[in-house]
Amino acid sequence: MTKLLPMNRRNFLQASAAGLAAGTVPGLFGSQAMAQTALTVGFIYVGPKDDYGYNQAHAEGAAVIKKMPGITLVEEENVPETVDVQKTMESMINLDGATLLFPTSFGYFDPHMLAMAAKYPKVQFRHCGGLWTEGKNPMNTGSYFGYIGQGQYLNGIAAAYATKSKKIGFVAAKPIPQVVQNINSFLLGARSVDPTITCQVIFTGEWSLAVKEAEATNALVDQGADVITCHVDSPKVVVETAARRGAFVCGYHADQSALAKDKYLTGAEWAWGNVYTNFIKAAQSGGKLGNFVRGGLKDGFVKMSPLGPAVSAEGRKKFEATLAEIMSGKFSVFKGPIKDNKGNVVVTAGTAFAEDAIELESMGYLVEGVVGSTS
Amino acid sequence: MEDTGIGLWGVPLAIFAGAIRVSTPFIFVSLGETITERSGRINLGLEGTLVFGAMTAYAVAVMTGSPTLGVLAAMATGALFGTIHGWICKWPKVNDIAIGIAMMQFGLGLAFFLGKSFIQPVAPKLPSIPLGTWSAVPQVQAALNINVLFFIGAALALFLFWAFKNTRIGLILRVVGDSTDAARAMGISPDRVRLLATAAGGSLAAIGGAYLSLYYPGSWNEGISSGQGLMAVALVIFARWNPIGCFLAALLFGGAGALGPALQSVGVTQGYYLFYAAPYVLTLIILIATSSPTRSLAGAPGALSLTK
Repeated sequence: MTKLLPMNRRNFLQASAAGLAAGTVPGLFGSQAMAQTALTVGFIYVGPKDDYGYNQAHAEGAAVIKKMPGITLVEEENVPETVDVQKTMESMINLDGATLLFPTSFGYFDPHMLAMAAKYPKVQFRHCGGLWTEGKNPMNTGSYFGYIGQGQYLNGIAAAYATKSKKIGFVAAKPIPQVVQNINSFLLGARSVDPTITCQVIFTGEWSLAVKEAEATNALVDQGADVITCHVDSPKVVVETAARRGAFVCGYHADQSALAKDKYLTGAEWAWGNVYTNFIKAAQSGGKLGNFVRGGLKDGFVKMSPLGPAVSAEGRKKFEATLAEIMSGKFSVFKGPIKDNKGNVVVTAGTAFAEDAIELESMGYLVEGVVGSTS
Repeated sequence: MEDTGIGLWGVPLAIFAGAIRVSTPFIFVSLGETITERSGRINLGLEGTLVFGAMTAYAVAVMTGSPTLGVLAAMATGALFGTIHGWICKWPKVNDIAIGIAMMQFGLGLAFFLGKSFIQPVAPKLPSIPLGTWSAVPQVQAALNINVLFFIGAALALFLFWAFKNTRIGLILRVVGDSTDAARAMGISPDRVRLLATAAGGSLAAIGGAYLSLYYPGSWNEGISSGQGLMAVALVIFARWNPIGCFLAALLFGGAGALGPALQSVGVTQGYYLFYAAPYVLTLIILIATSSPTRSLAGAPGALSLTK
């Protein structure tokens, strides 16, 4: 698990490699114009890059830019959110000559990526999920992320047409705002079709705990939930367990239709390929990379899995109509009045939050109809 | 609103079903470790063996289409890991605990390396026995879909309990475990007995891994085990080296682990982190309740490096 030996070797090589790179191959650290023909890009993943989940979504994005001319792709997976990731970044910069790095896991940002950004000011760092702040964080860093809540809203619509028990289930990792927003969006989508639907949520407390995720899925199905979705790092276990128990599934992160076959309704997927392509084009043409990059379905940051065979014609119609509304940019999931599940009004009547509203980034409540608690 | 849920009955049912579903890896790893420790050696590397077994079983099941072959292949690799551990530990001044930790890292690393290409394919699952067909409630039917490995584990616990006491092999194992000198005086080679005991233990631990990847949760990835192999080693001490105790302790851990999700599913949602800690709290309570001021580690094999 620890990578002490190879990393020490890399550290040992670091000085000479850096000297080599700077002295004899100036192109590696040279101007943007020289980098247009050759650009080495590093991707760092916290887990396996074929996990049917968060990391796979990023690796699929990396695979898209790998095909672009002049791009050399270096990747490392299973890098813990510790000083290990700093060593990985140093080795990508010094040994592979990477000038643009994408550390894709939340915990890489502070202090690891910021430390490396200070040490290598000529290298560009773009981090997934972090909150880059102008003035506080250096200009050679930045963060990008997608608004996937509307995808979960569409999942909820598909779920509403499939559920017979009027009870849908959500296996969640930790009650952070982004997860909570997905849970709420899923139920609000379902309730836009049938306001009697409730959503049972189970928090597992960790991003990746295979046995607990399977137990949570079984418990949801035991309590009558017949459509399951999730927000964990690798939805494979949840999707397979739910399908085996006969429940329908809405996917998350990546396309899991192969795992649930005709039990798969649709899924909210990342479309990082578009995001990375934009970054690379900017880098190759010498343009600005952007320090705070956000987008949702209409910006091509997020996409939906193709609808499965179990979605009814009526469901398909509503799904596509809502998707069209989202694409027009005039849609908001959180439109008042909304109460939380303790009865307090959390969004007043007349208020509608756009998907990039800052209020949504600190969401701590579960809406009325969600059975569960964040603590 | 058509209610297909079973309400509060879900909690005892989930604990019962969870005890059976989650406990099987614990049963096999702890029984394996009991055999090894009864011979006077500790193999801390069973977490690595478990994960390597999970990977091997999954990979072989994908390639051959037979989950049974997968389990057998996992047993073979588990025995090999045990043999390596046993062989290294026979040299003088080699510490079995340190070797165990090294073997654990080795097993994990090798499993992640070789298992890379098997994360995506879907392997055929081990069959289960539907014992719940008498019930009209689908939840009960699902809970009583019990994997055959669970019954094998239960039978093995009883068999080992009997065999330690009543067979010649059991006697040899215990003599070696309690006193190396006495064993030598009897003309038994302690190293050979320990080698075989560690190999058998590794082989059983690998079955636990095969259960994880081929039945429940039934998928291979690098996070498949959440430390079951390490916890099972602790279970052995908790169960005082008694195979039936291991079986019961495994059930207890499985059932307690199911408590958190089950309570959330019936609406007891406050403080789920506390419920998730239930297995460990339970362990502490039992250890304190069964502790004694006059004897320490009753039932511990005398030659075990824990007791020296």
